[in-house]
Amino acid sequence: MAALRVLVGVKRVIDYAVKVRVAGGGVQTQGVKHSLNPFCEIALEEGVRLRERGAASDVIAVSVGTRVCQETLRTALAVGADRGVLLEVGEGAAVGPREAAAALAGLVGRLQPHLVLLGKQAIDDDCNQTGQLLAAMLDWPQGTFASRVELEEGAVRVEREVDGGLETLRLRLPAVLTADLRLNEPRYATLPNIMKAKKKPLEIIPASALGVPLPLPRLRVLKLEEPPARGGGQRVQGVPELLERLRSDGRV
Amino acid sequence: QSTLVIAEHNNETLTPITLNTITAAKRLGGEVSCLVAGTSCDKVAQELSKVQGVAKVLVAQHDVYKGFLAEELTPLILETHKKFNYTHICAGASAFGKNLIPRVAGKLDVAPISDIIEIQSPDTFVRTIYAGNILCTVQCDEAIKVFTVRGTSFEAAPTSGGTASLEKLTPPPPVGLSEWIEQKLTKSDRPELTSAKVVVSGGRGLKSGENFKLLYDLADQLHAAVGASRAAVDAGFVPNDMQVGQTGKIVAPELYIAVGISGAIQHLAGMKDSKTIVAINKDPEAPIFQVADYGLVADLFQAVPEMTELLKKK
Repeated sequence: MAALRVLVGVKRVIDYAVKVRVAGGGVQTQGVKHSLNPFCEIALEEGVRLRERGAASDVIAVSVGTRVCQETLRTALAVGADRGVLLEVGEGAAVGPREAAAALAGLVGRLQPHLVLLGKQAIDDDCNQTGQLLAAMLDWPQGTFASRVELEEGAVRVEREVDGGLETLRLRLPAVLTADLRLNEPRYATLPNIMKAKKKPLEIIPASALGVPLPLPRLRVLKLEEPPARGGGQRVQGVPELLERLRSDGRV
Repeated sequence: QSTLVIAEHNNETLTPITLNTITAAKRLGGEVSCLVAGTSCDKVAQELSKVQGVAKVLVAQHDVYKGFLAEELTPLILETHKKFNYTHICAGASAFGKNLIPRVAGKLDVAPISDIIEIQSPDTFVRTIYAGNILCTVQCDEAIKVFTVRGTSFEAAPTSGGTASLEKLTPPPPVGLSEWIEQKLTKSDRPELTSAKVVVSGGRGLKSGENFKLLYDLADQLHAAVGASRAAVDAGFVPNDMQVGQTGKIVAPELYIAVGISGAIQHLAGMKDSKTIVAINKDPEAPIFQVADYGLVADLFQAVPEMTELLKKK
């Protein structure tokens, strides 16, 4: 089997541990810790493992966003991607899943990868759309919520997390896969690898230069607000009291 | 204005989230049609035709719909749309809908909207972002609105009293990019997680997969489904289909009992709309107590068996 070229999408998001706040009509992002989206980390790890097994020839990390996303790409390079590509958009440009998918489709046209690996969901907008949109735009098959990936001749066998358990599909290559939680356990970047990553190639391409025009955003955010906090309740002193309360509420 | 709901089913029965999605579709105003595609789905079509508020049930049967592959269902939905020209196309925000709906949107060249929790008008929807920490009201200027619906945010449509007409569709030619091989479904006699009235969930505090037996015993007394936190899934205690949270399942039962769960933001996102929340945790500082109606600071290995025994006595 010929070694594959693998494209991995990496998104910069507010770190999962940050308590996100709305301020001045937008989400507060200034002075807030950002990291690589956890599901993108899993996708990246899978790509790097494919190369380590000899199944992939090179692993290209790509991010769609402003210049600050170079930081995210350096992290991806430190974890093991061979090179990085930033599809740059202007400051303040709205990049939703559809815009990201269109930009990625443009890069796919240029680099001709055999496999695109993405996270199933970004933990900021919680959309769970980019992989499916990209597959649709490219007319490729999609293996979403992947928990196991095995390459075959000209195809990929994907085990997927579905509501009642697992299912297995065989997809013809090229294909788009999105990573679920149990696909692998991502490694940490070591200090020597972080140093080495500084020398790896990182190309910046304007997202608009790829021949796939970015769609005009047709989703307008009218309002962002924090939901009403759920009031904390009462402490109960033991199981008998707990059951008594639940019985009087008609819950058991 | 008219809406197409993509029905989720297993060729035998309709998946409950379809009924919640139909309620959301009705709220838009305009006629509601349902598309049922499967290998042998007459029974499901009949079931759907009795659901209140459904005007038309469109049925497509073909072997190619085995496994409900998005690659095969998408062209069918596009052809159906071409024929009837819907203003809205939607499905439940389940693994099925999340996989399928964005592909349909991609083909229609529109931006999809995921997991809506409220409909303010036919073009304005509310959804949550950042693990439920922020509510986002979004207006969609697309000619066709394509979205998924959070099941727990809309009531189930009544399953009797409807008189929808049935219409057969001719499936478009197979695409052949993907093939469904097999499925391994978790066998359980317990209620399904997203539709159970009572859910008992365990976290890292359970310490092992074997210890989940304590929760199963309790669940048996309460006719409850059993869920888990992401930490418990990450630690390999239980399979991912039990995960409740931002990236797992969203549940809103009448009673949610969180056992040995600290209450990370991403877990709360999956359960904080439950009517009554009970937390059992030995750490009095655990954030789960901030959302619990009843908090019990106790060792779960004593409290849970005690609760099971007391329930058995009644």
